[in-house]
Amino acid sequence: MSASATVLLFAAYADALGTSQLTMPVGDGTTVRDLLAALAQRPGADRLPPSPLVAVNRRYASVGDLVRSGDEVAVIPPVAGG
Amino acid sequence: MSAPPSPVPHASPPAPLSTAELLRYSRQLTLPEVGLVGQEKLRATRVLVVGTGGLGSPVALYLAAAGVGTLGLVDFDRVDASNLHRQVLHGTASIGEAKTESARARLADLNPHVRVVPHAEALTSANALAIVGQYDLVVDGSDNFPTRYLLSDACVLLGKPNVYGSVQRFEGQAAIFCTATGPCYRCLFREPPPPGLVPSCAEAGVFGVMPGLIGMIQATEAIKFMLGLGETLDGRLLLVDALRMGMRSIAVRRDPECPACGTRTITALIDYEAFCGAPYAGAAPLTGPSGASAELTPMEARDRLARGGALLLDVREPHEHAIAHIDGAMLIPMRDVPGALERIPRDCDVIVHCHHGQRSRSVMAYLRTQGYTRVANLDGGIARWSTDVDPRVPSY
Repeated sequence: MSASATVLLFAAYADALGTSQLTMPVGDGTTVRDLLAALAQRPGADRLPPSPLVAVNRRYASVGDLVRSGDEVAVIPPVAGG
Repeated sequence: MSAPPSPVPHASPPAPLSTAELLRYSRQLTLPEVGLVGQEKLRATRVLVVGTGGLGSPVALYLAAAGVGTLGLVDFDRVDASNLHRQVLHGTASIGEAKTESARARLADLNPHVRVVPHAEALTSANALAIVGQYDLVVDGSDNFPTRYLLSDACVLLGKPNVYGSVQRFEGQAAIFCTATGPCYRCLFREPPPPGLVPSCAEAGVFGVMPGLIGMIQATEAIKFMLGLGETLDGRLLLVDALRMGMRSIAVRRDPECPACGTRTITALIDYEAFCGAPYAGAAPLTGPSGASAELTPMEARDRLARGGALLLDVREPHEHAIAHIDGAMLIPMRDVPGALERIPRDCDVIVHCHHGQRSRSVMAYLRTQGYTRVANLDGGIARWSTDVDPRVPSY
């Protein structure tokens, strides 16, 4: 089985990409930045900002942080409704 | 990590709780975590609730019921029938009334021991510091990005904790921002999304109980913070998904580079409408069919369609189309547009419309990035079409 991470998309980002969950391949040294670049290739990803809020395993992550197989990567949009 | 609430200064020692208050609060006075000391603390605290809508309704109701001494309410709006499926602070008899007035009357009935201070105006860069400065804690129940950034910056500048909540459709978020050590709104969301990317409640719809759920979480966190109870959402962003019925809390921290609470380069409030209204960098100049303005009024759109050779593209969802549609429009929901470009002709004028004009503006921008040059947006969407052109199209 190939190494992969689960990417969770919320609210407007899930709408933009048409799904709330993706499985994306990761390798040695894959960073949050790499994963966002791969995500940007998907249809609808043009509506994502260049540096969205990302959490890896429920902790705030910087773009340089590593993503390992089995990690949960949440990409979180701002929401304004009230 | 939750910081203890700051003590509230008092000119003279507060009067002890009256017999009526002891009876009213008896069920929570018996909680050792609250007790007489906690109840007096609540009574001495001044909370500002920004927005008396979907979030502000449960927040104001429960904070008043719990005995928070002073509740400031900021809202410039009036009660509308379309508010009532979620804004439970207001009632049918209050339709057309100022929301602050409707709220004041309801809260006075719920708990006459609470001092309600209505601020029947929009929160702006000009008045925010003066209003927020009168309170110990702020609850953000607003419904738009400019107000959220404004409030967050004002709370950082004044050192007031900001109990944040927001909702979209079946999802919501909550946190406590702007504490002594925690992050502010800008730490997490440095730049506002481009206008139109994130739809408003009017545009996207909202599940009625959703602001109820999140507002209750805000009320819970506000009371815990005031009393120094348990582990609050200071340093965590809570994500709530009502469809899957799950909650996920994300550990967040202050960004040392944050211009508000990190480097503190923001030393005064700015123009937040302009800050949130900035278009995509490098966006194509906004000209529409035949070089005309990219925004068409419903009358202009009707005239253009009547001349022929133009396509009306509806980018709403199928269930919205079923409620109301304009005859002859082609339906391609926004999310399906990238995969359906072959159905959208490049050699004729395309007028994009949605409910109120936000999603369609985003689709117009997207189509331009895909090389479309003859695209325009129906300003005000089908809602304004219904008002201006064809009243037989239902409003929703």
